[in-house]
Amino acid sequence: MRIRCPYCGERSVDEFVAMGPADLARPAADAPDEAFFAYVYERENPRGAHRELYYHAYGCHAWLAVSRDTLLHEVRTAEPMMPIEAEGETP
Amino acid sequence: MTAARPQPQSAAFRLPGGGLVDRSRTVRFQFDGAMYTGLGGDTLASALLANGVRLVGRSFKYHRPRGIFSAGTEEPNALVEIGTDARREPNTRATQAEIYDGLVADSQNRWPSLGFDLLAVNGLLAPLLKAGFYYKTFMWPPAFWEKIYEPMIRRAAGLGKASGLPDPDRYERATLHCDLLVVGSGPAGLAAALTGARTGARVVLAEQDFVLGGRLNDERLVIDGAPAPVWLDAALEELAAAPDVRILSRTTVFGTYDQHCYGAVERVTDHLADAPSWLPRQRAWRIIAKRTVIAAGAIERPIAFSNNDRPGVMLAGAVRTYVNRFAVRPGQRAVIFASVDDAARTAHDLAAADVEVAAIVDPRDKGGSIAMAEAADATRAKLYRQSVVLDVHGGTKGVSGVTVSGPAGTARVDCDLVAVSSGWNPTLHLTSHLGHKPTWNPQIGAFVPDALPNGMAVAGAALGAFSLADALSDGASAAHAALEAEGLKPPRIATPAVEPEPTSGSPVWRVRGGRGPAFVDLQNDVTISDIELADQEGFRAAELMKRYTTLGMATDQGKTSGVAGTAVLAEISQRPIEQVGVSTFRPPFTPVAIGALAGHGRGKHFRPTRLSPGHAWAEAQGAVFVEAGAWLRAQYYPVTPGEDWLTAALREARAVREAVGFCDVSTFGKIDVQGPDAARFLDFVYANTMSTLPVGRARYGLMLREDGFVLDDGTVARLAPDHWLVTTTTANAGRVMQHLDHARQVLCRDMDLHLASVTDQWAQVSIAGPRARELVSRLLDDPRLVAAETFGPMAAAAVSLKGRQEARLFRLSFSGELGYEIAVPARYGNGLLQAIAETGSDLGARPYGTEALSMLRIEKGHPAGGELNGQTTARDLRMPRLMSKKKDYIGRRLAERPALVDPARPILVGLAPVDPSAPLSAGAHLVEEGAQPSLENDRGYVTSACISPVLGHAIALGFLANGDALIGKRVVAYDPLRGRVTPVVVRSPVFYDRDGDRQRA
Repeated sequence: MRIRCPYCGERSVDEFVAMGPADLARPAADAPDEAFFAYVYERENPRGAHRELYYHAYGCHAWLAVSRDTLLHEVRTAEPMMPIEAEGETP
Repeated sequence: MTAARPQPQSAAFRLPGGGLVDRSRTVRFQFDGAMYTGLGGDTLASALLANGVRLVGRSFKYHRPRGIFSAGTEEPNALVEIGTDARREPNTRATQAEIYDGLVADSQNRWPSLGFDLLAVNGLLAPLLKAGFYYKTFMWPPAFWEKIYEPMIRRAAGLGKASGLPDPDRYERATLHCDLLVVGSGPAGLAAALTGARTGARVVLAEQDFVLGGRLNDERLVIDGAPAPVWLDAALEELAAAPDVRILSRTTVFGTYDQHCYGAVERVTDHLADAPSWLPRQRAWRIIAKRTVIAAGAIERPIAFSNNDRPGVMLAGAVRTYVNRFAVRPGQRAVIFASVDDAARTAHDLAAADVEVAAIVDPRDKGGSIAMAEAADATRAKLYRQSVVLDVHGGTKGVSGVTVSGPAGTARVDCDLVAVSSGWNPTLHLTSHLGHKPTWNPQIGAFVPDALPNGMAVAGAALGAFSLADALSDGASAAHAALEAEGLKPPRIATPAVEPEPTSGSPVWRVRGGRGPAFVDLQNDVTISDIELADQEGFRAAELMKRYTTLGMATDQGKTSGVAGTAVLAEISQRPIEQVGVSTFRPPFTPVAIGALAGHGRGKHFRPTRLSPGHAWAEAQGAVFVEAGAWLRAQYYPVTPGEDWLTAALREARAVREAVGFCDVSTFGKIDVQGPDAARFLDFVYANTMSTLPVGRARYGLMLREDGFVLDDGTVARLAPDHWLVTTTTANAGRVMQHLDHARQVLCRDMDLHLASVTDQWAQVSIAGPRARELVSRLLDDPRLVAAETFGPMAAAAVSLKGRQEARLFRLSFSGELGYEIAVPARYGNGLLQAIAETGSDLGARPYGTEALSMLRIEKGHPAGGELNGQTTARDLRMPRLMSKKKDYIGRRLAERPALVDPARPILVGLAPVDPSAPLSAGAHLVEEGAQPSLENDRGYVTSACISPVLGHAIALGFLANGDALIGKRVVAYDPLRGRVTPVVVRSPVFYDRDGDRQRA
């Protein structure tokens, strides 16, 4: 599998570490227990489109949201979770 | 070679001329202890046939005699062990193995010998060994299965045996990028590759055979009015001269993977008698191809009829390959039994090689095949229309004749060769590895590729277009379209002129009415009656039938049997074949040595070795090193050659307790955190509060995972209001960096801060012991900086070492003694160690390694790797107060769940043996005195153990249920691996200086 890192270019998946779905929002500190259990343990195993977190561990250390198709084994897009423009804008 | 070597036998079945064999190169090889000769260009199979060897193996379950069935990778029968001792490779296909001088091959699955196999009695037990036998026959009594039945069956049934020795060969892994990958170098593949070459594209042409050209070498074909080899040679010459074309022969593309990645294995030296030492045995390629043309050809289909496994029954196309490519007569008198017109070629080719064609048996019921009639006429063979081979006669020595059955009754025909064909199955494996299912094409009676992975095209026989004309034109046009889609401008290439070929046929899967077993899967000994049984018992889907009968589950993965099995099941259950379905193809296409996939990644090369910036100094002191994660760390420093680790470590630890010692701790992870929101961020990622830490101070921190368990510990120093330094354990440095990057980039996007790993930028040395202050003060430009009153425990400062060397100084103690850590830029690591050793020599300063480090921290009850094992909480580690109640942090909510705060959970304790001379070891489990060691009685486990230099006996840390209540009481450490049952006393985990006076000195 190949992932096109927005900073480093197309790289082998060997350089990345995968970590579950990209669109989980961490519950607020006072959210019910169920929300935290779901956040930590409940995972979909979608057939088809999927957006997952990948960490470019042997590259730029960016966390990316990678859209891929679990059925067709195609990687569509890879976008940074925190685009570089937003970083470093010191108020 | 010794003079006693037996004389090679003559190659009686070699044709006097022709073929792609090098008659000037005689190759001597050994099979089952007998010497033979072959020619350069032979496979083991062709060389054995040339010598008249027909019996080459015994079958999997029934030990029936088997011969060579095919001429390619699909071979189900002729599996042999090649090589000796550690280099013995079992289950090698004799049809693919290139011979070399000195090759040693042995047949498999026979005892005591191939010709006389006592286990052939299994054939008589066939009723007990039918499909699903292991679920039924050998069930009772239950205890017998594990002790008697299974070992017995395993010994009797099976294929080759691995050597059991470490693999002595070298392997490589490599990556290739290309515009166009062409799999297969037959006419379709060559046309595709030529199109790529003329476009100027980067082309990789992969061919599993050692000769390029595929079918052009196997048949007598004509291209542009000349024999096909003329065109082939010109094509290969052009490809070889093209600058961006890479031809990989002996290379099997074994798998299709995500995003245009293909796995291939190149057999670099398997065919060489004396391989140069600089070459790997095999090379695993990862090929990243923008576009791919699969031109993998087709695999011929057998027909299942009674005793169709006798040596001498062979695929009709394989017969042509042996005659034309290898100049070998596979027999002397042949019967052709085929339902497809191209088998007529077999008759012509055999006749041209002076092999008598006794009969052509054509089972098709409609019309009369002109091609077969012409072939019968030309070869003076008797033509049996609408007839079948009902049975095969013969035994261990092979076929002696067949019974033909047709409209005119039955007749016996003497022969020693039966050439069989029921048409061809496209080799579509690579098209379906990603889950794309093929569809049934009733016109050719075969599964063909349908939906394809992105970037892939299929051409020629692999698509079900079996004629040479189709292969040449489809190959070129598939490549043309692929390259155009990549924005390249391929030229149109003229399709060469070829003769029309009769390829019509209709599949015939089985013959009913014979008396012997009719095999569908030759390698796993699966017969028609096994499939009938599966159908009767309700296993009617292709996948279920496969698992019940084991059809297609042998090392050949059903290359000749998969579709046939499905078709027979469809016939039996009277359903269309597309309803039965096709079983899933998975990589690898043919078996791949694990060594090739591992490549260089073995032993020391499994991963890179990281060396600390103080490594050279430690090496010069004669340190013994130990692997700690990816690092090599000094384990101990022997003072006399060969001093044992325990003596050295005890001495080093005592130096720390009594004078001063120093230890390279550069391997700890170091992460620089800067920004206005750094304090807020650290409060979120640590369980305890960091934001209250004043500048110039450090604090111990505990980091949890979101599930509430401890991830890592370390110290956090505040170097400036917006500048922090986080340290991690050596083992978790990478994981913590990833964890913090995740927190920063995914969870805390609104915060303003930066993270950077600075592990490699700083060398750090710990200096500990009663005389540490004296030693450190001597190293500083301003010795007053370390005065006890001003630089107390957990102080942190930027300092200047003598000679104006910038450094960082921390007052930290892992050993429990007065302790400091000095950090300097990494390039001064060796110099710092040298300076400490010289400056402190009159104070008794000694370096210490990881063994002493471990003893010192176990005496103090400090957790490390064994305790931070991913299953322990802050509460388990006796640090509940580090879990802040005042803020949100990662892991807080799940750390509070009832099971994790249950007082009965095992908690950190110290352990000491009742008998002071008894050893303790990590991994032992704790049970109550008098209790049987069992899962129910398990009360905890030992995580770290050592000999305490202070106490002079073994001590340990561990986790024990109700540990606090058991302090002062006895439990038993049970260690079945070392055979130890040791009564121990439960104690506080702090064995030494419980009040911490020494480190506050």
